[in-house]
Amino acid sequence: MIDRIEELRAAGAAEVAAATSSEALEQARVRHLGRRAELPNLLRGVAELPPEQRGAVGRAANVARKALETLIERRGGELAASELDAQLARDRVDVTLPGAPALPAGGLHLLTQTQREIEDVFIGMGFNVAEGPEVEHIHYNFDALNHDAAHPARLRSDTFYVADEVVLRTHTSPMQVRAMEQQPPPIFIIVPGRVYRRDSDATHTPQFHQIEGLAVDVDITLADLRGTLLQFARAIFGDERQVRLRPHFFPFTEPSVEVDVSCFNCTDGLLADGSRCPLCKGTSWIEILGAGMVDPNVFGYVREYGYDPERIQGFAFGMGVERIAFLKHGVSDLRLFYDNDLRFLRQF
Amino acid sequence: MKVPLSWLHEYTRPDMDALALAERLAMTGTEVERVLRHGVAALDGFVVGRVLAAEQHPNADRLRVCRVDVGGEAPVQIVCGAPNVAAGQTVAVAQPGAVMPDGTRLREAKLRGEPSEGMILSERELELSAEHDGIMVLADELMPGQPLAEALTIADDVLELEITPNRPDCLAIYGVAREVHAATGAPLAPPPWTHDPGSMGPLAGVEIAVETDRCARFTARVFEDVTIGPSPAWLKARLMAAGQRPISNVVDITNYVMLLTGHPLHAFDLDRVEGGRLVVRQARAGETIDTLDGTTRELDPDTTIICDAQGPTSIAGVMGGARSEVHPGTTRVLLESATWDGPSIQRTSTRLGLRSEASARFEKGLAPEQALEAQAVATRLLIDLAGARVAPGTSDVAGPAGRWWERPPQPIRLRDLRVDGLLGTPVDRERSAAILTALGFATADADDGLDVVVPHFRRADVTREADLIEEVARIDGVDNLPATLPARRDAVGRLTESQRLRRRASDTLAGAGLHEILGWSWSPPELADRLRLGADDPRRRMIRVENPMSADQGLLRTMLVGSLLDVARRNVTRGIADVAIFEAGAVYPVARGTDPREPPPREPRHLGVLLTGAARPATWREPQPPAADFFAAKGVLELLLETLRVGWRVEAATEPFLHPGRSAAVLVREGAGDDARETRVGWLGELHPAIAADWELDRVAAFELDLDAVIAAAPGAVRYEDYTSFPEVRQDLAVVVPDDIAAGEVVRVVREAGGPLLASAEVFDVYRGEQLGEGTVSLALRLAFRSPERTLTDEDVSARRAKIEAALAQLGGSLRA
Repeated sequence: MIDRIEELRAAGAAEVAAATSSEALEQARVRHLGRRAELPNLLRGVAELPPEQRGAVGRAANVARKALETLIERRGGELAASELDAQLARDRVDVTLPGAPALPAGGLHLLTQTQREIEDVFIGMGFNVAEGPEVEHIHYNFDALNHDAAHPARLRSDTFYVADEVVLRTHTSPMQVRAMEQQPPPIFIIVPGRVYRRDSDATHTPQFHQIEGLAVDVDITLADLRGTLLQFARAIFGDERQVRLRPHFFPFTEPSVEVDVSCFNCTDGLLADGSRCPLCKGTSWIEILGAGMVDPNVFGYVREYGYDPERIQGFAFGMGVERIAFLKHGVSDLRLFYDNDLRFLRQF
Repeated sequence: MKVPLSWLHEYTRPDMDALALAERLAMTGTEVERVLRHGVAALDGFVVGRVLAAEQHPNADRLRVCRVDVGGEAPVQIVCGAPNVAAGQTVAVAQPGAVMPDGTRLREAKLRGEPSEGMILSERELELSAEHDGIMVLADELMPGQPLAEALTIADDVLELEITPNRPDCLAIYGVAREVHAATGAPLAPPPWTHDPGSMGPLAGVEIAVETDRCARFTARVFEDVTIGPSPAWLKARLMAAGQRPISNVVDITNYVMLLTGHPLHAFDLDRVEGGRLVVRQARAGETIDTLDGTTRELDPDTTIICDAQGPTSIAGVMGGARSEVHPGTTRVLLESATWDGPSIQRTSTRLGLRSEASARFEKGLAPEQALEAQAVATRLLIDLAGARVAPGTSDVAGPAGRWWERPPQPIRLRDLRVDGLLGTPVDRERSAAILTALGFATADADDGLDVVVPHFRRADVTREADLIEEVARIDGVDNLPATLPARRDAVGRLTESQRLRRRASDTLAGAGLHEILGWSWSPPELADRLRLGADDPRRRMIRVENPMSADQGLLRTMLVGSLLDVARRNVTRGIADVAIFEAGAVYPVARGTDPREPPPREPRHLGVLLTGAARPATWREPQPPAADFFAAKGVLELLLETLRVGWRVEAATEPFLHPGRSAAVLVREGAGDDARETRVGWLGELHPAIAADWELDRVAAFELDLDAVIAAAPGAVRYEDYTSFPEVRQDLAVVVPDDIAAGEVVRVVREAGGPLLASAEVFDVYRGEQLGEGTVSLALRLAFRSPERTLTDEDVSARRAKIEAALAQLGGSLRA
């Protein structure tokens, strides 16, 4: 009997070792350990044996069965691993095919991206973002900004009128006065928005975007303007940039300056091949905005809101978003911004 | 303003080249547009020559073969085509190798068989005048071979300046010289009007009357024995270099004096001034004048004119009349130098389309003192260059406001502390005084700064302490200021909640694969008709631009869908078939009953989305994705409003431009509980196929929202709701309802019946089929029940479910197993 058990175990072990697939292994298991197989039935028949044999036979049969089960389990593990390997090999894909996008890539308009970038720089410097109307009374657009009655910007050849005293704002500066009417000093705001001028060519569109800045407190200086714009220029155009202030004239600032940023496209006005830099035209400076100290006459219009020109002072600046985007991204024709060709929009 | 350096050097000569001077001027407030080279680029090869012989060319009637002494060992042969060339003349010669002003390099040549070693020059060839009828004949004392530059200004650097409107004093050579003096420290010569050969006192034979307040001062002098003729070469050369074409001595002198002093003059032929009396007054309606340019112009009462006994004879400050123009036979000249009101000169020149050098100066406002400065310089030149004899006296008449400029000026205090306080860096009082003095201001020490008197030529521009600080700062160098940052004290920078959510809205759409566009703020006039807006549709009431650049920019938009359609069409016609775009921008509605002469009270920010073509990009796995339809747009809308955490729903509603069966109104819920109310914030739908076809588009799905209203409905800080303490019970429910009951209505009824324990109810399947019968639809809903306070029992849930089922039955629905 014991010998028979050993025969059965050996036969089973051989068959398990020979199984080359999970199905063959399963067949071997059924044949040797299944309900009709001899070894389990031997175990079930132990009770009918004479008592002195029961212990030895039962033990031997049990050991044999356990041994076979272990073999089957081990072999099963080996087979599963190799079968998975084979399956994975069959599942190979061409990884260079295009992905199936969860969503196509969309994007913000380049001018929006530029505007936000500028906004974030000034927010970081403690400015808030104020917004104002585009259809504007000439009081805010010209009068309160110290434009005299004959200022050429008032001409119908330059400015869009919707009524005798109502224009499409020609700059974001009207919000200087509106903001000061709404809030006593100190005031630190930037004003992004659409503005309009009667001009249309490769470097002018009749609608464009500006960002105004206004900082008013008891001790804001022209040197503070320089420092603030230096931070801005470095944040937008790179850490190595310098700014240069040139005296200029604007009706609503005194002193007034134009601000240049050192060219980020060349060295001393020359490109690597020795040719003249097209961006700064060889001057190594690029004009980016107009600025100045708020003219006392402008404060005169909001004196009753806490802006006594003898007690408070501040700076203001205004820049074109299109111009900044054009400089940073080399857009050759500003009209492209409003053409909205998807081949343009997708580039940014 | 073109400033020839040779002319400038007569008054100040800084020790720097043209480019360095341009840089210095730019950094002190005078922008230099360009540095031009007038005349020849290099002086080499331009010499004085003497014509020894001039003989007929054997093969050409109009050419002469000349032997010219140019200082070499032997004379050279030059072929010349000028009719006036003759032996004995001293002439200007360009030798082979010389580069002419137009850039051509001269070579030895053969003209009709005769060798020619150079060229005898006319004035025009050297850009000395427009004269080209013959060669230029020079003074005989010049030596052959002498460099031509010693005899003539044949090369000059010219600064082209951009003068800001507050500085008419710099529309003058002497004014620029004063600026250069202050900016560089180079000495400044006394002004050219220092010695006046004329005299003041009464002027016989001419009477002047000023009857309008637009003329502050009118001065006149009379010159007899005038000989009209060409101007001398140096004067013509200066005018040419400054960009003015020489005409004749008297006219050239008025132009020269204007360029030098900044004050325009006008010369009348006194024998053509009828009645010997000039009246300055406003024109009367219907009056006309023939101006110098040969045009008859209609005048209006806003125009100031000068009249004689026959009527208008000059438009003040803008252009003279043809009738009294100086002509070759003129012998008596009346020279006018007057001060006009700037704004009215500007209006007149704009209205008549006559922008002249004179009007450009007058319109900025000149000082009355300048009138006599110009008279003095012109008097000297008329005597010297036109043989004139100045009649004794000057007619000097003030306007109705009197001689206000003769009152002593009020000094302005310039406080040291204020200079430091405004600039952020101190400037020595001595330095300030030196700068202001160089600019022509008078200064006197005061206890806390300087008392400053403004010169007349800066009177309009400098009126306050801040203006003086600017003068000091710009010359001292605004670029030398330190870079500091404002003391920020308690100010904090951040976006407002609404600005933050607007950014979030655009980011969400960009993240969903849409591209942002920026359309024009205007609307073409036909848009309302193309969109079939009804006659009473408020979106038809648009703000009209009075002076648009083109007709299609004549109105301001009241909705974004127009520009979205235009952009979609443009892209599709360019071969980009799949378009998913959005715009976030203002619209400009005209509220009923508002005053059209005032700005609109509100410019709502709208958000518009347009989809056409494939709903998603074709891929190798899905070569033909479905077309974007109503539900594609609704999916975008859902994503947007869920991201903003806004409570919302749509209900079927029509718009004139939308597919009648596929259009809806979008409503958002504001507030909570009993205070909650719904606001209609926009529309959603597929464009009416006929309207889409009008834009050459196939199926178009779109929506447009009042973004301000949507954001107003967004909750503030959201409160946490417990979802971990007690489990959720999920159940599905299928109900068959009549087809005309909207799914949204079913969900609404279910939510209402479910009460607060029903955490969510969503449609997850829609089925129509024969088994259900005609006109019915089966909706499958997924319900979730949850309590924040306890674990729900089967009884809790079945009680709510029973109520839901009852409510659905009332709606006409029957439950499916």
